[in-house]
Amino acid sequence: MITLDTIMQGILLGGLYALFAAGLSLVFGIMRLVNLAHGDLIVLSAYLILVIASAFGLHPFLAVLVAAPVMFAAGWLLQTHVLNSVLGDNLLPPLLVTFGLSVVIQNGLLEGFSANSQKLSAGSIETQSLQLGSLSLGIMPLLTLATAVLVIFALNRLFYTTALGRAFRATSDDTVTARLMGIRPNRIFAIATGLSLVVSCIAAVYLGTRANFDPSIGPARLLYAFEAVIIGGLGSLWGTLAGGIVIGLAQAIGAAVNPEWQILAGHLAFVAVLLVSPRGLFPRAND
Amino acid sequence: MSGHLLEIGGLTAFYSDFQALFGIDMYLDTGETVAMIGANGAGKSTLMRALTGIIRVGSGNVMLDGSRIDHLDAPDILLKGVATVPEGRRLFPSLTVEENLLIGAHARKGDGPWNLQSLYELFPILAERRHSPGTALSGGQQQMVAIGRALMSNPRVLLCDELSLGLAPVIIKDIYAAVPRIKAAGTSIVVVEQDIGQALKVADRVYCMAEGRITLKGRPADLSREAIHDAYFGVQA
Ligand SMILES: Nc1ncnc2c1ncn2[C@@H]1O[C@H](COP(=O)(O)OP(=O)(O)OP(=O)(O)O)[C@@H](O)[C@H]1O
Ligand SMILES: [Mg+2]
Repeated sequence: MITLDTIMQGILLGGLYALFAAGLSLVFGIMRLVNLAHGDLIVLSAYLILVIASAFGLHPFLAVLVAAPVMFAAGWLLQTHVLNSVLGDNLLPPLLVTFGLSVVIQNGLLEGFSANSQKLSAGSIETQSLQLGSLSLGIMPLLTLATAVLVIFALNRLFYTTALGRAFRATSDDTVTARLMGIRPNRIFAIATGLSLVVSCIAAVYLGTRANFDPSIGPARLLYAFEAVIIGGLGSLWGTLAGGIVIGLAQAIGAAVNPEWQILAGHLAFVAVLLVSPRGLFPRAND
Repeated sequence: MSGHLLEIGGLTAFYSDFQALFGIDMYLDTGETVAMIGANGAGKSTLMRALTGIIRVGSGNVMLDGSRIDHLDAPDILLKGVATVPEGRRLFPSLTVEENLLIGAHARKGDGPWNLQSLYELFPILAERRHSPGTALSGGQQQMVAIGRALMSNPRVLLCDELSLGLAPVIIKDIYAAVPRIKAAGTSIVVVEQDIGQALKVADRVYCMAEGRITLKGRPADLSREAIHDAYFGVQA
């Protein structure tokens, strides 16, 4: 049965997928880089939050405040010392390098934390819900969607109203001319990857509090994120939010029809959108 | 040490194996406007790219105010005070007119005569179109944005590659009307120009390039039509 409840659960789940996708979308929009390790970086962030939370006895929402600057620095270093040197006209080297990074992160996490699944505990808030008539909405899913909207809104403000955002857009348009304007593309890219890992950290809190995670779940998160970005239209941040919601909705509806169809329904929605609109729902005008 | 503002000595440049510049010598003095003329493929844009750090210099050197800038990266060359109006204008399509201008000041350190306000006085039409996407403008207006964008860094040297390319004569006149005002505000200028008449009109001195070499130089009044014609088409005098 597809009920209003199913649809609401789907939209809220879409918030999580949008958070997975926002960092990917940001990096792709600025440097045309598809980071195949994106899902694993989210999982890595979840472990980092877990470690910080248990070491200092912090709530995950506070631990993320410590983890975010660490991941920003990690993103900066990763871009500066690894990814910048493989960016270029050839799309293959960055794919290979980020694929390798994905394998390294998964194995590193296995080594350090074993294959046992872990969970972040957000306390009593996890079981609380908001009653709207007959509808019961979990506080955590609501927070997830609200956070996704906030993150996308903030990234958009950054993009369109700040000097840094101007430099992001100029570099994405034309790196050679950007350099003539005094912009250092490698630094712009390092900031972008740092930011994308901050967003990954935020996504990781909700990933880790919602369900169990283990070192192997990154690639599936990458796939959802990738589908959300493509559905939304490459380079459009609000499109990415819409894309996340489309996948979340499809999965919730699929699961309501038959629990085994949840994942498949998301992928089918992806294919369906691409058939109708090959450049996604909100394609950028000048691509 | 010489007293020239910009001095280029024995400059060569390559595109992989292909040599595009063969020992270019030229200079620019403070307050001067110098024109560089030459046919298609002569190497004018290559020279501009080498001066601005977009392509690597093969050998030779470029001195700005007595210090070498030829080994620097493009953003550092801009910081030293050499700004460019690139060939084909190359406005950023994702940026509005005003944002295109502002990005020119991205790395600006100090103050100077050029800011949004003084540029809107120089090119009033840009103030009206400030919120349009840069690439939605006509060719002439885009050229004004490209000039303004370069001026926003308050450069000591302004390199302009083909200001008149693809523009109607009346528009070219408007664009070139800005040159004396830019000069008066303290910027020395190199204009690359295929239109010889326009170049002779605006420049204090002229260089002519053919096949990667300087084939003629002098003051417009001292150059005969024949000499220019021969140099332009690469006939050695
Ligand atoms: N990116 C490049 N790769 C290889 N060769 C190039 C490249 N750009 C220019 N060239 C070659 O270098 C030579 C000089 O070209 P350049 O663009 O500097 O000429 P130009 O004087 O600016 O010509 P135009 O008036 O057409 O702009 C030409 O033979 C051109 O074919
Ligand atoms: Mg040229």
